[in-house]
Amino acid sequence: MAERHLEPDTAELRERWGNFTFTKVWEAKAKTAIGKYPEGRQRSAVMALLDFAQRQVGEETGTQGWVPIPVMEYIAARLDMPVIRVVEVATFYTMYNLVPVGKFHVQVCGTTPCMLRGSDALLEACKHRGMRKGHTSEDGLWTLTEVECMGNCASAPMVQINDDNYEDLTPERLDAVLDALAAGKEPKAGTQEPGRHTVEPAGGITTLKAMVDANHDYRGEW
Amino acid sequence: MPKLTVDGVELEVPQGATVLQACELAGKEIPRFCYHERLSIAGNCRMCLVEVAPGPPKPQASCALPASEGQVIKTDSEMVRKAREGVMEFLLINHPLDCPICDQGGECDLQDQSMAYGRGASRFHEAKRAVTEKYMGPLIKTTMTRCIQCTRCVRFSEEVAGVDEIGALYRGENMQITTYLERAAKHELSANVIDLCPVGALTSGPYAYEARPWELKKTLSIDVSDALGSNIRLDSRGREVLRILPRVNDDVNEEWLSDKGRFEVDGLIRRRLDRPWIRRDGKLVTASWEEAFAAVARINPGKSVAVIAGDMVDCETMFAGKKLAGALGSGLLEGRQTGLDYDCSNLAAVNFNSGLAGIEEADAVLIVGSHIRWEAAVLNPRLHKVAKRGGKIFLIGPEWETTYPATFLGNDLAVLNKLPKEVADAFKAAQRPALILGGAGLGKGALGACLAFAEQFKLVRDGWNGFNALHFSAARMGGLMLGYAQKGGIADLVAAKPKMLLALGADEVDYTKFAGSMVVYIGHHGDKGAHAADIVLPGAAFTEKAGTYVNTEGRVQFADKAVFAPGDAREDWTVLRAMADALGVSVGFDSFDQLRAAMAAEVPALGREGLADYGALPKAAKSAKASGVIDAYPIKDFYLTNPIARASETMQRCSAELLHGEVFAEAAE
Repeated sequence: MAERHLEPDTAELRERWGNFTFTKVWEAKAKTAIGKYPEGRQRSAVMALLDFAQRQVGEETGTQGWVPIPVMEYIAARLDMPVIRVVEVATFYTMYNLVPVGKFHVQVCGTTPCMLRGSDALLEACKHRGMRKGHTSEDGLWTLTEVECMGNCASAPMVQINDDNYEDLTPERLDAVLDALAAGKEPKAGTQEPGRHTVEPAGGITTLKAMVDANHDYRGEW
Repeated sequence: MPKLTVDGVELEVPQGATVLQACELAGKEIPRFCYHERLSIAGNCRMCLVEVAPGPPKPQASCALPASEGQVIKTDSEMVRKAREGVMEFLLINHPLDCPICDQGGECDLQDQSMAYGRGASRFHEAKRAVTEKYMGPLIKTTMTRCIQCTRCVRFSEEVAGVDEIGALYRGENMQITTYLERAAKHELSANVIDLCPVGALTSGPYAYEARPWELKKTLSIDVSDALGSNIRLDSRGREVLRILPRVNDDVNEEWLSDKGRFEVDGLIRRRLDRPWIRRDGKLVTASWEEAFAAVARINPGKSVAVIAGDMVDCETMFAGKKLAGALGSGLLEGRQTGLDYDCSNLAAVNFNSGLAGIEEADAVLIVGSHIRWEAAVLNPRLHKVAKRGGKIFLIGPEWETTYPATFLGNDLAVLNKLPKEVADAFKAAQRPALILGGAGLGKGALGACLAFAEQFKLVRDGWNGFNALHFSAARMGGLMLGYAQKGGIADLVAAKPKMLLALGADEVDYTKFAGSMVVYIGHHGDKGAHAADIVLPGAAFTEKAGTYVNTEGRVQFADKAVFAPGDAREDWTVLRAMADALGVSVGFDSFDQLRAAMAAEVPALGREGLADYGALPKAAKSAKASGVIDAYPIKDFYLTNPIARASETMQRCSAELLHGEVFAEAAE
């Protein structure tokens, strides 16, 4: 599992993020999120607000974003809850970055199904490109993290880069995706297996074949 | 009332009980780490597994399972035994085997339960988890590698103290208990997590590596750092009290103790008066007891004597002082050192009538001039419970950080005469309205107006008396019962210009007003009183004498003697008895038992443990109007309110670090 730690609370950090407030766009979303919960239960919106804050920080820094301590304090004040409860949530979920990340946050799934399908090779490929687990590359482009199951086991192995999943990877296919990203292109998200669309059986449909093109009533055949 | 069977014994348990409580009612011991009677149920340690039918064919966590009709519970089956062994083994996977250097050793739940329910040997050969040290302030020593993540400390600070500052960060194996940004825990009950911690993760900082529990002599006593009379246990070795722990008493302190009551203990061996001192040419010099008593005899005060009792003295000392003054022909007794002069003709009006436990039942509370967290730290969780149950809490006085939702109505007492609509409505609708009048309110003469308030809103009704005065001196109620109150307060003593002023551990008095008197100070610490005295007679601290204390709700409690006073110091009553000889009068007792018997004969309530009966509240005067502005509370520094605490290095550090923001470097390991 990913080694995580909080970014130290320094004067520079306070200087940079101490005045954090939601921009108009995120503020509107935050209001909607808080409005989903009854009066007095605003703190239920903490996960949504942490996500919005991380994304806004991402926009400001040109990365996937992260949640600095002053931002957590801002959210705590916003939701009228103790800061420690916000920090508990933010540290629990690996989707919240606790330290600054690069432009592309490469999260390689290393849980059993992906491992059996070759995630070790993916990590090796990342290593060859100069990435180190838990670190951001010097050019600020890549941050590599090994994460636990992302629920894409049927198209393992996979990596998640920022908001997109790339599945059915081999080291070569991963390299192609990363090259495309580095070149500023938008590689196709999802499975990288030619001819596969989502997580249907690799090598073609094996059941419910009559349903491929149109709806088919199987009931008479039971 | 579900009927169920525990290990073949059929019994009926209260509705809403858990299986664990049912097993306890049946007399079965259920091991547990996370479950605690006074905290919410977490169900995360899994140590309390039992076999329950009907239900899934696997062991169940009894602490979180409601007891229901017809359950058959087994607490000693093979399945349960194996389940406990398994849980124990998992808990010990990441627990270091450092018991020999752990302060919890000998009183550790994990140690005891692994002896009773564990496998005896580990099958785990991999590396253990290690957690970086966390800083939790000057009182709590952390060794977080030992933490088994029961989250008792997290639940305590949220639910009881009401200060959300401890949390569980990260997840799974990496979960760590910490305060926010590793800041010091900053509230008056913070050290209770030390008692709650079932392992050695949170241990007492000042007591680190001092002693093993089996070396200590345990003495039952009463806390004198505030007026709540928290029940405590003094753990002593040889001539020194090494630590103070709370005892369970649901009527008084539940099982909590304020940080001051717990950690002022190191003040008991510092700045002590261990021999008599006499002022010669303006300077105090040491003397022998004979010289001291000769000096006392030379004062030859005749009838011109006054006695001031300090905040921490026991009733026996005050009674002996009273007898001595009486034998000399004086009745000038006063205990309210700072000059308070509220009316004490009816003690019911200055008593915490609803009781410390009873206040929990209130549904509307008005606090007049009391900084509850500082004046009665252990009472604060009870008010937290009031707020949690939907009770409304209003305060008059300067704002302080409440740990529950409460409304401040400003500093001006005049608000009592014309309450805001919101407050009046809340009190009209309340079934059990209560008022708490604190020291600042008493000081501004709000007693009459508060009694009028009590009549207006019927604070006294069937089975309920919501009129409460909250003192913060352990000696106050006992002193008032013994007549340590003059009509005009201490000003009456000043006006009488006594030839001899007998100060019984009185360290908060303005002695400059007694410039013409010879001050004889009997006490245990070289504090303000001793500095102003002409003759200093060394007495015993509360740990060094048996004594009777009356808390703010009029509860008479007895404390025992744990150790002997240092050096030449003697128990206060013996000093007063010897003074009587020196002054050539008789006080009528020669032994402690005689003293107690005489005291019980004079004030029968002091001879009976339990609540004293002060009768009904007095009628409020028609003209009673509140006026004045409460600009400050009497306690300026929670950690330094009495001579023992002021002598304590721990309390000094707490004051500097927690209240005045000084930064201390951590000692290098």
